[in-house]
Amino acid sequence: MFETLSDRLGGVLKGLRNRGRLTEGDVTEVLAEVRTALLEADVNITVVRDVIERIRTQAVGATSSTALNPGQQIIKIVNDELVAMLGGETLKITYASHPPTVVLMAGLQGSGKTTSAAKLANWFKSQGRQPLLVGADLQRPAAVEQLRVLGAQINVPVFSAPGDPVNTARLGLAEAQRIGKDVLIVDTAGRLAIDAEMMQQVKEISQAVQPKFTFLVIDAMTGQDAVTVAQSFDATLSIDGVILSKLDGDARGGAALSVKQVLGKPIAFASTGEKLDAFEQFHPDRMASRILGMGDMLTLIEQAEKVFEKEKAEETAAKMLEGDFTLEDFLEQLQQLKKMGSLQSVMGMMPGMPKELKNAQIPDDQVKRTEAIIYSMTPQERANPELINGSRRVRISKGSGTTVADVNRLVKQFSEMKKMMKQMGGKGMLGGKRGKGSKGDGIPDELAAALGSRLGPR
Amino acid sequence: MLALNVFAQQIAADTAPKVLLALAVLALVFGIGVVFVGRRSAKKPSSGQTLTKQATESPVAVASARDRLSKVRSSFAGAITTALTRSAITQETWDELEEALLRADVGVATTSRVLAPLRELVKSKQIVEPSDLSAALRNEMTRQLSTSSRQLNFDTTLNAPNIWLVVGVNGAGKTTTIGKLSAQQHALGRTVLMAAGDTFRAAAGDQLDTWAQRSGAEIVRGAAGGDPSSVIFDGVARASAKKIDLVLADTAGRLQNNTNLMEELTKVRRVADKGAGKVTEVLLVIDATTGQNGLTQAKQFAQATQVTGVVLTKLDGSAKGGIVFAIETELAIPVKLVGLGETIDDLVEFDAAEFVAALFN
Repeated sequence: MFETLSDRLGGVLKGLRNRGRLTEGDVTEVLAEVRTALLEADVNITVVRDVIERIRTQAVGATSSTALNPGQQIIKIVNDELVAMLGGETLKITYASHPPTVVLMAGLQGSGKTTSAAKLANWFKSQGRQPLLVGADLQRPAAVEQLRVLGAQINVPVFSAPGDPVNTARLGLAEAQRIGKDVLIVDTAGRLAIDAEMMQQVKEISQAVQPKFTFLVIDAMTGQDAVTVAQSFDATLSIDGVILSKLDGDARGGAALSVKQVLGKPIAFASTGEKLDAFEQFHPDRMASRILGMGDMLTLIEQAEKVFEKEKAEETAAKMLEGDFTLEDFLEQLQQLKKMGSLQSVMGMMPGMPKELKNAQIPDDQVKRTEAIIYSMTPQERANPELINGSRRVRISKGSGTTVADVNRLVKQFSEMKKMMKQMGGKGMLGGKRGKGSKGDGIPDELAAALGSRLGPR
Repeated sequence: MLALNVFAQQIAADTAPKVLLALAVLALVFGIGVVFVGRRSAKKPSSGQTLTKQATESPVAVASARDRLSKVRSSFAGAITTALTRSAITQETWDELEEALLRADVGVATTSRVLAPLRELVKSKQIVEPSDLSAALRNEMTRQLSTSSRQLNFDTTLNAPNIWLVVGVNGAGKTTTIGKLSAQQHALGRTVLMAAGDTFRAAAGDQLDTWAQRSGAEIVRGAAGGDPSSVIFDGVARASAKKIDLVLADTAGRLQNNTNLMEELTKVRRVADKGAGKVTEVLLVIDATTGQNGLTQAKQFAQATQVTGVVLTKLDGSAKGGIVFAIETELAIPVKLVGLGETIDDLVEFDAAEFVAALFN
């Protein structure tokens, strides 16, 4: 997989660490790494050039600052710049004074228009509106049927008529007026930006229904071509905003930046899962760190959020820091972690993890063995491992099919872990007292700067 | 957050098995992460302003249907022609070649890899002219694509149905590809049965049904939301009973980082092999607009299903599909077919020389 920007910069900045400031030559070297990171994230090369120039000016200007170390500075500059570029104006959904408010969906084949149309309808419903979906994709076999099934799932009516898509859209508008729906979402066929005939057709659909909002649906996995596509659709339809689909994948999603940059139009929504309510307003800050390859952390947290109950997690975290963490709690955490996929992949996603740990093999049977050992303990033993004497050890090892040495190791490591956690809790790690404690290659510092700016309490 | 990382390093310094501790770190990180996210989402800003529309300006480039492809392929002509008109190889020449490859989604690492040996040749004055450099690059890239066999695997000695499994992310073009593939195989005189293994996406079965009718294939469908493995298994059983040559098995689109769905796909592959037939081809469908994520897709799908070939779809658009160069040269998965449109005969064999030329055009 691709390296994170902090990993990349770690190498370059190693030699500079003690100097504490960047020369113009250093900046050039660092920017080359930033460029690679952006290109690997599928940011369009023209946009990359633009970003690099903006950053260069700031990076050279910032070299005399001593408040942050060079790595922190660069990452902060890059991150802030991307957030600024991705953010800016957000799209505020307003409603037509004479309903219905018409929304037109357009995009390439397979970008996710039909699913996004249904998700958007669901979103309007949650806003207290009464949407009608129109299936004007008469090209792809069963596209209308797909929309009908999705409509039924969210309890939104779907209108379609065979024949000409332009006419279908027009009839859909009349239908919305007839049955008194206040939002009309028109799904159109996927088309290539260079297909003149099809682009003319979607233009006619647009003219027929006079949309208040025209959304371009872009797949988060799109590469360099995103720019060409966005420009063509905007030239034909005058796009109001972008819906970024399939953001639940692991693509870095540089296309979002490219499209935002060339269109200057906001990214309105992001589609984040297979379910119809996995649709949310776009977060520029999260996208920036994702493009820089530091979003895995956020993805992890989001995934964790899904499987962990929030109150419980807070409670456990507090417990850990106070040193009250029991083997019972640990077992529970282990099981929740397992729900997130293989532990190996979860470890791999952790930024700033030392390489040895990242590559450490965690065989599933080892996890199973750990579980088995804890299962073989009595509740008292789990709460208070000090109870575990020689004969208890033998019993536990027999019960779990492991050896006494395995049990010893677990108990020993657990007590060490508890001690360390308590120390951390005592240091007040949540208070942001970062200090100069960073050892080794110092990646954590940069990471902390980047994460802190985003995650920390504002 | 720093403390966590320091902590992780302390663990790394310890030589004892550190699985347990690592897990604890993870657990703690999540606990804290959830707390942070909670705080953060509580303070989400909600400012915004309405955007006004702009008048439509210049029309899209016009291309007739017939020369659509060639038009597309020359749309980025600028980059290379300027490189060629120069009299000597300069840094700009290199930059332009690099840019052409990057714009085609070949990727940073792969681009450096293909340019490196040429830099040597230029250094040693074996290549002097910019036009020779461009030709050499093209030849080298074509050569790297010349080792694979692009034949679709069909075992004629098998006294049972051949099974071709079609996999890929959502919206790549799996169902359409099956439709076209069916027509193509039908034209070769093979009897075809489609197994509608996409039981998840609404109306995917109906879509496949339409293609089955168009291409003269049989179809086996399951209940919506049903088990894809059993649908495909049933399809193979039916094909075997009716002496049908080929089963084209559709699967639901899935993102490769969705562990559960990838495991489901592994099972689909395993179960497909259990019946009377044999899986002789697993085709990964990749959309030409896909960027660097395509490489990750190929890795993960190959790991889950032992992919035997790539189908590059939507190459009739403005995207060049350069990521498949990386997929084939780095993962040794040959690109077998190319999709060029929405009609039934728009599926052609992959031609390496043509593909490489188009990257630069």
